[in-house]
Amino acid sequence: MIRIPIIIVALYWSIVCSFAQTLSDSILYQPRKLKVEEVNLVSSYYHQDGNNAAVTGGVGSERLSDFATTLDIRLSKPDPRRRLNTYTIEIGVDAYSSASSDKIDPSTISSASYSDRRIYPSLSWSRANDKKGTTVGATASLSTEFDYFSVGAGVNAYKDSKDKMRQVGVKLQTYQDVVTLIYPIEQRGGKDNGGTEPRKTYSATLSLSQIINQRLQVLLLTDLAYQNGLLSLPFNRVYFTDGAVGIERLPSSRLKIPVSLRANYFLGDRTILRTFYRFYKDDWGLTAHTAELEGVVKLTPFVSISPFYRYYSQTGIDYFAPYATRNKQDAYYSSDYDLSKFDSHFFGSGFRILSPDGLLGIKAFNTFEIRYGHYSRQTGLTSNIVTMHLKFK
Amino acid sequence: MKAKHKLFWLALSVVTLITGCKPVKEYQKVYINDSEMELSMRKSQKFENSFQLYREGAAGANGGKSGGGCGCN
Repeated sequence: MIRIPIIIVALYWSIVCSFAQTLSDSILYQPRKLKVEEVNLVSSYYHQDGNNAAVTGGVGSERLSDFATTLDIRLSKPDPRRRLNTYTIEIGVDAYSSASSDKIDPSTISSASYSDRRIYPSLSWSRANDKKGTTVGATASLSTEFDYFSVGAGVNAYKDSKDKMRQVGVKLQTYQDVVTLIYPIEQRGGKDNGGTEPRKTYSATLSLSQIINQRLQVLLLTDLAYQNGLLSLPFNRVYFTDGAVGIERLPSSRLKIPVSLRANYFLGDRTILRTFYRFYKDDWGLTAHTAELEGVVKLTPFVSISPFYRYYSQTGIDYFAPYATRNKQDAYYSSDYDLSKFDSHFFGSGFRILSPDGLLGIKAFNTFEIRYGHYSRQTGLTSNIVTMHLKFK
Repeated sequence: MKAKHKLFWLALSVVTLITGCKPVKEYQKVYINDSEMELSMRKSQKFENSFQLYREGAAGANGGKSGGGCGCN
């Protein structure tokens, strides 16, 4: 006879427990310390050579070496309303040497940007609300080098669909930059430099990601950007048809419209195809197409190789002209081959090891990745880049 | 093919892909959640993207910068 009351008490208890789950989050909230989610160290060495340096009017060595490193730390902490706050602190340093920059003032052993460093710290925050499927965030950044100073700020927001199959996002970003005017030696008129000029960038990114099926997902992105201020580089020379020399002149505003589609497909159980296409157009007359294909082959669940190929093609800007072919009466002119008409090819491979149990006996050492790429441009410029990525979590 | 036509076909492809998608439950996302399936640039591509920003006229829509923050255009 006692069985019935026991069952009734058990039922009552289960009902009480189920109601207990609806108690406010703040009552159940247990304060948690800021937790280190992951630390990433990315380091690369880049070397290029070519014969169309913009500093010398489209002729001369483009030899350049760059050693770059960034370190970022990602921390997280849930708040009383169970939203996850994530903070990312990053610091980057580039050290480079450039043969063409030494031609700004050939009489000095080491002029303006012959050998320079760029330091760029940044801080970002995001708050993810799982219940609502929303994420909001903000970023702030600085970048400083010998002749350039930049302050960046941005906000972003993302919303997941109820079934978590789709996400839409918007990101607004600005860079407020200051360019120090370092002219070629013969253009200085006895002064060391010509003061500073602003360069401002405003961009709006709209994104839509969608899971198509169990193996395929896509991302559509557009990144409208508007720039104004000094958009030329003051030390880039232009040689005219009459033999005279001047400096690059470009319009004071530029509207860029890139649209891209990224699609990743899991083929079988070991291979992933990562594809990317971008169409780009701006109001300087430049139209470009970028197509990338990367095949990731998992040799084991934790070791993979990823050969890749990237094709890029652009029309030149309306104001580009090679060495000594531009008329001085034109409003705008540049002999910067980065803005000329060309195709380029970039190929290489990555190798990645990841282990949830740690690498080299270090438990937190989660991922080791190394990547090499060779770049060749129709103008004759070639370059090589090696990048290493270490992740600790 | 004109730029407008290319954009039209791109938009049409995206709409077709999205409308043709199948519901995927959380427990069916084993392939989608693989770290190699992330719809973003790898961290190790960061500096590749950076030199391409300098050496090419186009920028943006790839997860990197669309201008500013460095001495490039």
